[in-house]
Amino acid sequence: MKAVAAGTGTTPAWSGARASRLGVPPGVVRALWWVASIGCFAGMWEAVWALGWADPLLLPPPHIFLRNFADQAQFFVPSDVVGETTSASALESLGMTVVASSLRVIAGLSLGFVGSVAVGLLIRYFGLFGNLVLPTITLLAPISPIAWLPVAIFVFGIGNPPAIFMVFISLFFVMTLSTISQIDAVSRTYVNVGLIMGASRRQLFLQVIIPAILPSLFMVLRMNLFGAWMVVLVAEATGVGSGLGQIVMLARSTFNSSLSFFTMTLIGAIGFLFDVALRQVQSRVLFWVPASGVNRP
Amino acid sequence: MRSDAGNPPLLTCRDVGKVWPTTGRPFVALDGIDLDVARNEFVVFLGPSGCGKSTLLYLIAGLERVSSGTIESGGSVVEGPGTDRGLIFQESSLFPWMTVGENVAFGLRLQGVAPARRREAAIALLRKVGMADAVDKRPDQLSGGMRQRAAMARALSLRPEVLLLDEPFAALDVQTRSKMQDFLIEVWRDSGASMLFVTHHIDEAVALADRVVVFTARPGRIKSIVPIDLPRPRDPRSPEARALADHLTDLLRDEVDRAFAEQERLR
Repeated sequence: MKAVAAGTGTTPAWSGARASRLGVPPGVVRALWWVASIGCFAGMWEAVWALGWADPLLLPPPHIFLRNFADQAQFFVPSDVVGETTSASALESLGMTVVASSLRVIAGLSLGFVGSVAVGLLIRYFGLFGNLVLPTITLLAPISPIAWLPVAIFVFGIGNPPAIFMVFISLFFVMTLSTISQIDAVSRTYVNVGLIMGASRRQLFLQVIIPAILPSLFMVLRMNLFGAWMVVLVAEATGVGSGLGQIVMLARSTFNSSLSFFTMTLIGAIGFLFDVALRQVQSRVLFWVPASGVNRP
Repeated sequence: MRSDAGNPPLLTCRDVGKVWPTTGRPFVALDGIDLDVARNEFVVFLGPSGCGKSTLLYLIAGLERVSSGTIESGGSVVEGPGTDRGLIFQESSLFPWMTVGENVAFGLRLQGVAPARRREAAIALLRKVGMADAVDKRPDQLSGGMRQRAAMARALSLRPEVLLLDEPFAALDVQTRSKMQDFLIEVWRDSGASMLFVTHHIDEAVALADRVVVFTARPGRIKSIVPIDLPRPRDPRSPEARALADHLTDLLRDEVDRAFAEQERLR
């Protein structure tokens, strides 16, 4: 959630951040602050290393774990995975690993979003269906996605399906309940306008309620993006046999701290790019919602 | 103003009551409302906040059900919303995900009118409210007064026989409100619909109404019906208008005092 707001959108006037007086474009100013922030963080880390306080084997500073990019990339070649051999170069397999993890997240999030919004709408549209289904969903919702991992492997075995299922399940219950509460919270005026203008129940759902709830559902999706990344890494570490999660486990079992931090950097950068992408989708599809995602007063 | 006084009324309320169920004793919002509204008549509901005047409007709109009595519109009993009755809300009710034109043509879209014809109709309707060039704008680009005019165009799109207005100008500043009142009179003349207009502003009632229905507070009953036989356009500072406003003020004073005392007690 904190990362959602980081360095984006408009900064409220009370936040203490001052506007530039030098006429520098705000985009440039923001980019400079990004560089400064990351520079401070990396600099402190490097300083701790330079002073000899941090063991480079356990906490290698950025210049060490980023130095031999090619060396790091070789670990991404899935040569030691049962039944898989490849002739891809180190860099290619790094790319393949990143794409594999990303696709799992995208597939899981898409299925989860569509599935949960559909189920939420059906629950509110068909009273009988809602009465039958809602208690079970409410009961299943608090179960941590991690607890579903064995189930995912029992049912789907090894490969992409269990990882996608894990992302799906991490989103599905939260999103279904959120859809229902958003439907219940749709402005009474909007519903009344629909009724007064002669909308049938079906038209009311399709043309008033769905557009009214989409913006907040998209916010819920964005907030769950980081959770989805967490879950996909766990799934990959355990049962899938490829992806960034497996590299993290490889780093752990070979005590390769450089590889661990390298992968973490990669995961952070990809997660950030995903959020940027989702924000772009939001501003294009949901054009009536202000860019920061916060409702106007 | 009621040229067709001999004809049957367009809208009738017979002994209408509305009770809201609450956890304590049931709350009687309206009791024994009897009212006839003629075709093309302009009726204003005037009363203190919480007197049930908006509730009566929602009952006539069919968005709420009566607890007792009957409401008839055009000879048939009101059992739900119908396109013979349009409603304009207090707050901005345009959908933010549609352009102004799409909002205005929303009712036509529900009836399955093709997009090209909808757009034409939206432009024609917006022209009536003096904002044809706003057809492709988004609602958040409009001022409060323009939004309410667009909402009026939307309500007119289905050619209602009765236009129900729930304090439509309450959120507007005084100057805009006065302009909108003049404008509403034009729309009323042009459309030939009956108007039922809810307000708690006495000046607004005197400026607009053929008849002012004054409500009592808790339970809401009709205290008095005051005809306003002033020619239009009306001058709010004329002695006749002043006298009527004073008369309405006297009628309301007891009710406002009672409503105020009740609110203090509830607090």
